[in-house]
Amino acid sequence: MDWGLLLTQLMNGLQFGLLLFLLASGLTLIFGIMDFINLSHGSFYMIGAYFCGSIVARGESFFIAVLFALVGMFVVGALVEWIVARRLYRADHLDQVLATFGLILIFDAIVHIIWGPAGMAIPLPEFLDGQVSLGTLELPTYRLVIISGGLLVAGILSVLVTRSRLGMIIRAGASNQTMVEALGVNIHKLFLIVFAIGATMSGFAGMLIAPITEASIGMGNDIIIIAFVVVIVGGIGSVKGAFYASILIGLIDTLGRSYLDDLMKLFMSLDHAETAAPALSAMLIYILMAIVLAFKPQGLFPPAGIRP
Amino acid sequence: MKRLHYLTRAILPAMLFSICTVPTIADTVRIGFVTTLTTPAGVIGVDMKNSVELALEHIGNQMGGLDVELIFEDDGFKPDIGKQKTDKLVKQDDVDFVTGYIWSHVLLASSKSVLDAGKFLISANAGPSKMAGVLCHENFFSTSWQNDQTPMAMGQYLTEQGVKSLYIMAPNYAAGKDVVAGTESTFQGELVGKDLTKWGADAQLDFSAELAKAKASGADGLFVFYPGKAGGAFIRQYQQAGLQDELPLYSVFTVDSISLPRFQEAGMLGVLGSKMTMFWSPDLDTPGNRKFVSAYLEKHGKYPSFYGAQSYDSIMLIHSALEAVGGNLEDKDGIRAALKAANFDSVRGQYTYGNNHMPIQNFYLREVVEDDAGRWTTRIVDTVFENHQDPYASECKM
Amino acid sequence: MGWIPSTVSGRCYCIILFFLAGAPWIFLWTNQPFLLDLLCRGLILAIAATSLNLIMGYGGMVSLGHAAFIGIGAYCVGIPAYYDIYNGWVHLGLTVVVSAIFALLTGLVSLRTKGVYFIMITLAFSQMIYFTFVSLEEYGGDDGLVIYLRSEFPDFLTMQGPVALYYWIFSTLLLTLFLVHRLVHAHFGRVIVGAKHNEQRMQLLGFDTYRYRLTCYVISGVICGLAGMLLGNFTGFISPEMMNWIRSGELIFMVVMGGSGFLFGPLIGTGAFVFLEQYLPEFMKFLNPSWLEYWHLPFGLLLVLLVLVGKGGIHGMLSKLDSKAQQSSK
Repeated sequence: MDWGLLLTQLMNGLQFGLLLFLLASGLTLIFGIMDFINLSHGSFYMIGAYFCGSIVARGESFFIAVLFALVGMFVVGALVEWIVARRLYRADHLDQVLATFGLILIFDAIVHIIWGPAGMAIPLPEFLDGQVSLGTLELPTYRLVIISGGLLVAGILSVLVTRSRLGMIIRAGASNQTMVEALGVNIHKLFLIVFAIGATMSGFAGMLIAPITEASIGMGNDIIIIAFVVVIVGGIGSVKGAFYASILIGLIDTLGRSYLDDLMKLFMSLDHAETAAPALSAMLIYILMAIVLAFKPQGLFPPAGIRP
Repeated sequence: MKRLHYLTRAILPAMLFSICTVPTIADTVRIGFVTTLTTPAGVIGVDMKNSVELALEHIGNQMGGLDVELIFEDDGFKPDIGKQKTDKLVKQDDVDFVTGYIWSHVLLASSKSVLDAGKFLISANAGPSKMAGVLCHENFFSTSWQNDQTPMAMGQYLTEQGVKSLYIMAPNYAAGKDVVAGTESTFQGELVGKDLTKWGADAQLDFSAELAKAKASGADGLFVFYPGKAGGAFIRQYQQAGLQDELPLYSVFTVDSISLPRFQEAGMLGVLGSKMTMFWSPDLDTPGNRKFVSAYLEKHGKYPSFYGAQSYDSIMLIHSALEAVGGNLEDKDGIRAALKAANFDSVRGQYTYGNNHMPIQNFYLREVVEDDAGRWTTRIVDTVFENHQDPYASECKM
Repeated sequence: MGWIPSTVSGRCYCIILFFLAGAPWIFLWTNQPFLLDLLCRGLILAIAATSLNLIMGYGGMVSLGHAAFIGIGAYCVGIPAYYDIYNGWVHLGLTVVVSAIFALLTGLVSLRTKGVYFIMITLAFSQMIYFTFVSLEEYGGDDGLVIYLRSEFPDFLTMQGPVALYYWIFSTLLLTLFLVHRLVHAHFGRVIVGAKHNEQRMQLLGFDTYRYRLTCYVISGVICGLAGMLLGNFTGFISPEMMNWIRSGELIFMVVMGGSGFLFGPLIGTGAFVFLEQYLPEFMKFLNPSWLEYWHLPFGLLLVLLVLVGKGGIHGMLSKLDSKAQQSSK
């Protein structure tokens, strides 16, 4: 066993998990508090990447670009909430799915019109583009940046949710919305802020990943379905659940891709293992979700008091 | 009331236009072009569309004295939509030729509709083994290649270079497996590892786990096939992992004129000098190619991709056939014979068709370089195969 | 109740059914074979959407994995055809048995969950079967399989030829609509609908709602499998792409666009969906040839507007006409 390789893969899994968390935490809050299924949450991921990319293309440094793009994302999120989303909170889940799917098509088309179909590569400052040595291990520097960025946001969010007044209201809102309203909280404002924060975090994830995968149209649609899996496995409305589920799914997905074929070669022929392993590793997260739901139909950490 | 007027003026005619059959006019040749214009893969379709429009300009929109009416359709990357659009072209627009097709599964789904109706089908990209082998048809031609050929050339080159061990990465879908099989068939060194990554609607774009494995494997070289946006993501991560010094990169269909300008913008110097095989390159010195590439550069300010080159050729091939029969669309046998002769200034130079109507052509080794104007492009370094025929020709009973 | 429906929407549906019954002759007479093709595809998807409506609209079980059954049905034609078995009864029997088994197995697990969890677990199962078929190289992997011949049935039931196939599809649709109508209005349907609104009450009344749901889910799966079998015969080509989750999503849209929980909703919604998918790009091309790439934009706007303005889908809008007509007659 190559322990260095295993450690690298664990880091990769952690990085993927943290990205998922940035998406899923917003998704789970919006879902839990507003009872709103937002398929277009992944579009913020894409828009964040494009915002950041266009600012970098104007010659700004990557960090400045991220800062400005974050502000931009907050504004975009607030606008979307104000124009469309708030009209959908009371709608049926099915109507929400239909409308937010429409939003995905609209966002994709707008990006296509503004930035063209080709996608956008985002250059990194030189000191981030190399590798760092950790003992015998060499890791791309930027991967460590993603991990620390993800952990930082996760930390801020957890403090915000567990210690601040806003967090208290948010937690209360996820459990019992009527009660919060009865206590005189301006629910519209709360929703606006939660939605915009969610959009900002999703955009932040997009900005982090874009230097690796490039910004492209539809990039958010690829990952949103996995983010939903995270939300469901973690329990709707639970930020803590989203965190553990993200890390779990990030690790399972990455380790599955790395070791499943070797594992399967132990008990089947080489040819069969080569066909079966990629299929099975693509399925792993869905298998995990099916198993979790079969035993815990409300996910791993259902928030207390949420309506069944 | 004004609004209603707008309705009657704009929308109704549009509907009528699309619903009513347009009567066949004998002095027009209709060509349907099926490609992907929406979805992220739309960037390929746009390049093909640009090239086809350029081809029409070059022939003055005339083929054998007939006006050309070209109808573009968007398959949306879905086989059944591709088939539906093809049915529409064949049954409603009554086209004489159908061409385009980026994806193997769209081509396979649509081929029956075209061929059963007695029309000509010309693939401008997809080259699945079945269409070259058991499903070959007298009215099917290709202006691209069979999927296996380009990677076979790569395997051959690697063997000649004395590369002892190779790590392979490709997406887990039919063409990905074809490419891997093609390379394996001609590469004589040792395969130390192989990863087939998730592909499709939520394709995997983070290759950190695989790259870590490839690095640990100690292979002499890394061979990859990542078309479209996955290619950019891959190259990026390959560079960030710092592999260019210890694990040289060889690729097919991954680095092309669509992705190179983006790589240059992002300053991804690691891609310069990387090697790939291909039947064509923008610098290939043939009369047809000089004309095509210079005109494309002038019109769009960037190099055309191989998708564009093949699409340009598909129009030129049809043009040559109709010139040969003097625009007589009824003369199917004449058209078929003229198509098979491939007597035109192809961007790849002269080539011939095998029994299965797949091109028998050269395959070159290309390298990424900077051109005189400072643009990144590819340059031919060597010829790997001369007049190469695909391995499925013997399965074709024609 | 007379033979002529008294409501506007009822009359509309009546006209649509009559039109569908005669459509092949109209299209052959006006020489529009493509429109017949389009209609075939639309009706096949309508069968699938109707089956989804049974569990989703009436039973409240939103499945994001229903396209898996279309794929299963299609492969039940394709895989035998790959071995040169074209007997229609074999195809039909396989479709029914395999989709019933798949529905039963996945239903046993999925139905333990509710609401959004149900959506996601059905998605999980359909993704599993999708990736399984992608990896089956013997049957073409994701390149799919070409089916050369249609399922062979005795003369009076033949599927050969466009008109015969159309009537196969049309009769299957009619049977499906009839079956769903009868089911929903029978004792069985009342339990299903009752459990959607208040499950505890139905359980207190002594109904084992889990069993009722499971039965409903299996029936729906089998009907959708039949739609897949027809689709395989119609396109002559099958690929795993047919069972991608995006396809399941489209089925949901068809039902919601038409009006979830109404017998004719899925038919109308599918019609609108297939029409837009084919003619919206044409329309954009007509406005400006270079706009073809952007046809998703008006499509997306339409979806959002449909939800914001027109509640209850197209059926909902038609029923508004009904109530207006009733008010004016009063």
